[in-house]
Amino acid sequence: MITGEQKPLDEIKGLLGDGKKVLVVGCGTCVTVCFAGGEKEAQILAASLRMSTKLDGDAREVTDATVQRQCEWEYLDLVEKEVQEADVIVSLACGIGVQAMARHFPDKWVIPGLNTTFLGLPEEQGVWTEQCQACGNCILALTGGICPIARCSKQLLNGPCGGSENGLCEVKRIKRENGIPVMQTDARGREQPVLEDVECAWQLIYDRLKGFDKLDLIMEIQPPKDWSVSRDGGPRRIVREDLRLIDEE
Amino acid sequence: MTDRASSGYKSGSTLERMLRAGHFAVTGELGPPQSADGDHIREKAGYLRGIVDGVNITDNQTAVVRMSSLGAAVIAIEEGLEPVMQMTCRDRNRLSMQADFLSAYALGIRNMLALTGDHQSFGNHPTAKNVHDLDSMQLIQVLRDLRDEKKFECGDPVKGVEPRFFIGAAAAPDAGPVEWRPYRLAKKVNAGADFIQTQLVYNTKAFEKYMEEVRQLGLHERVCILVGVGPLKGPGMARYMRDFVPGISMPDHIIDRMSKAAAGIPKEEKAARRDAWRAEGIQVCIELIQQVREIEGVAGVHVMAIEWEEAVVSIVKGAGLLPRPALD
Repeated sequence: MITGEQKPLDEIKGLLGDGKKVLVVGCGTCVTVCFAGGEKEAQILAASLRMSTKLDGDAREVTDATVQRQCEWEYLDLVEKEVQEADVIVSLACGIGVQAMARHFPDKWVIPGLNTTFLGLPEEQGVWTEQCQACGNCILALTGGICPIARCSKQLLNGPCGGSENGLCEVKRIKRENGIPVMQTDARGREQPVLEDVECAWQLIYDRLKGFDKLDLIMEIQPPKDWSVSRDGGPRRIVREDLRLIDEE
Repeated sequence: MTDRASSGYKSGSTLERMLRAGHFAVTGELGPPQSADGDHIREKAGYLRGIVDGVNITDNQTAVVRMSSLGAAVIAIEEGLEPVMQMTCRDRNRLSMQADFLSAYALGIRNMLALTGDHQSFGNHPTAKNVHDLDSMQLIQVLRDLRDEKKFECGDPVKGVEPRFFIGAAAAPDAGPVEWRPYRLAKKVNAGADFIQTQLVYNTKAFEKYMEEVRQLGLHERVCILVGVGPLKGPGMARYMRDFVPGISMPDHIIDRMSKAAAGIPKEEKAARRDAWRAEGIQVCIELIQQVREIEGVAGVHVMAIEWEEAVVSIVKGAGLLPRPALD
């Protein structure tokens, strides 16, 4: 699924501009499952914006609505009335939903309330990890179902670099809460971000292929990747003629 | 150079000819400055000229911005050194890399080392986007195809003079998964590597085991392996390498030796302690060279004296590797 994290309240407030009537629109799909932008989060954000702008002496009228999926036109029609009454829309969907709202309601100013983070899975309650980068040419059959494009810090295709030790990558992850690095003071009194261990994807791949007696798969030299089917080829598009209702000119 | 290439050499570089002649090769390292000061390289070159057969010119090492390896390598040539230009996959895509190969060859560079590159989070631009369009394995193949097939990565022919490099690659025998490291080396050899420079080796027992597997795979007959060695500046550096540098195995007996080196000197005599540690660090390095030289399949050493180029002459001399053999 697509995961997201809500932007800090102050940042969202800063994006409201002059809009007096604010509509927070939640999305009932991915961002509901990751507790970032569903109905409950839309209600809480609306209440927070009401209280906070009032305390700032700049009170806004904030309401909320949630649709099943912000990335499909037919669901957006269901909030047409609320949208038309608002000056500014805070979309709590992923980046797809924000853009769908802006296109569907072209005369409305739409701002994002989330940072869309990645395509991932819930590791455990409250923890999500990135699994896929939608690179357009899946190689998981070669790597035992573990993706080095999404999970190796250097996107290596031919095995681990020299920075793999005891199953861990030498590159650490900056611990973040709501997207903001968590800081600590080190022994020299300097503020440093808290770092977390990351598994070496190639150690995971190695262990899994070894278990299946398929290490020969990674002895083959993988050629340079065709990035043109990834984002590097420009914005991508899928056309399925068999599913289309009308022919394109 | 062209004549030598046509007489059976891949590049005709000094390093290639030294290895082909069966001499135990010695390479060194020179880190370009974090400035536009060419004299910085000229000064360091003085410590290495005539001491080593080739000098690695690092490419934004540890992901810190420096003078480019191409520019610094050209200055090194002017100073009478033979550069081993490093090229990482972190900062350039396949267009930029190949363009730099053409420039490098035209400017007289003959050895190219293909590296993945340290992650940008370790350097001074941690918010940068990394490239990794190619990985080091693919980069080796590109270098080989440019030289042997006269083809760019896309398959188009080189229109004229092809860049003919002696192709280097790195190996990290002590990194994980340790048991797969000889096979990763095999992949690099299959991709087209002519010589290998390893990560710093301190644990010679583990390295002997690695080389045993390398020999079983027959790799020592297909590639020239230069073992990475480096002088320690003190026990602190040894402990840091043990605790924080992945891919380096630091045995306790070396840490003990470094600690004992300044044992009789009072703490307040800082300079004397420093000198004692450094002398011991050089001695340990010399002994490492002597040990790895005895291992079948080792073709030379790569001396990495990081920001301590002055130490190289003592090490190479101490190991009995001076003067360097004369070539025809």
